[in-house]
Amino acid sequence: MNCATLSSTSRAESPLVSAFRQTLPIILGYVPVGFAYGVLAQKSGLSGINTILMSLLVFAGSAQLIAVGLFAAGAAPLAIVATTFVVNLRHLLMSAALAPFLRSWNKTRLAFFSYQLTDETFALHAGRFAKGETAPCETFGINVIAQSAWVGGTVLGLAASTLITDIRPIGLDYALPAMFIALLLGQLKSRQHLAVAVIAGVLSTILMLAGLQQSHVLAATIIAATIGLGVHAWTSKRSS
Amino acid sequence: MDQQTIFLTILGMMAVTYVPRALPLLAMAQRTLPEAVIRWLGFIPVAVLSAMLLPSLVATEKGVDFSAENIFLWAAIPTFLVCWKTKSFVGAIVTGMGCVALGRLFLA
Repeated sequence: MNCATLSSTSRAESPLVSAFRQTLPIILGYVPVGFAYGVLAQKSGLSGINTILMSLLVFAGSAQLIAVGLFAAGAAPLAIVATTFVVNLRHLLMSAALAPFLRSWNKTRLAFFSYQLTDETFALHAGRFAKGETAPCETFGINVIAQSAWVGGTVLGLAASTLITDIRPIGLDYALPAMFIALLLGQLKSRQHLAVAVIAGVLSTILMLAGLQQSHVLAATIIAATIGLGVHAWTSKRSS
Repeated sequence: MDQQTIFLTILGMMAVTYVPRALPLLAMAQRTLPEAVIRWLGFIPVAVLSAMLLPSLVATEKGVDFSAENIFLWAAIPTFLVCWKTKSFVGAIVTGMGCVALGRLFLA
């Protein structure tokens, strides 16, 4: 199966061009963060090969940054794996949220798709899938381009680790928050969604400040979505 | 830690990252879910994005920080406005990064 046969007729551009255009914000976010990871991994005692392998095999931005910090602090391997598990457990919810849109996909395709499911690719696909854009070629194109940007940023960071020590003066560390703002804005489909977003954000902040450093995102997400469901059930019962 | 142990740790990280990513998709994609579950899952994207974003904007090492020095928080306003008005992802990101860079230049 090649990309040309799958190209959508509604759009003039090819699926790969379209994938690249849609992934551009992720690329802008991943290259600097991947760069920062590459620099930090090098300073934490990981070999060049291991630094790149982590970006290829794990592909999880925040978990990788936390892990190199733990490696530098001399944490036990089991503690690093356990922390990674808790930090990345939120993807369970993202995977579940995308599942209803991919009913026509076979297991092999789903298995490959899951491998590159990150916060950023999830947010992009959640918007696309809701519009019915589930073409495998474009979907995998986005994922592969995104991970290439992540690995590319890692390699650049490795190469520059002796030259550059601080990415702050050019605001590169704001690429991901800015992207989350843009993605969140695109997801605010109703007042209920806005309310859930506010509850989740406030709750997550409170839980984090209360000391729940690893699982505040997961806990806040589950509670806020459940409140949203409860409010929906209550308002639709009242109006009927 | 030697590089071989680091590599084995990375393999462990890979396994615990992949399973939560794959399990729901593989287990749920081919069956019809109850309406309430689908509605609940529909709230997950906004909830998880906001839960990741807001702490990074309002909290610094000092705790909740609404002072002028919290550049991340104030840069969110032009970023939000540019994204809302222009619908441009790249525009929003360039605005956000630019504001943070300028803020640090003038506050430092």
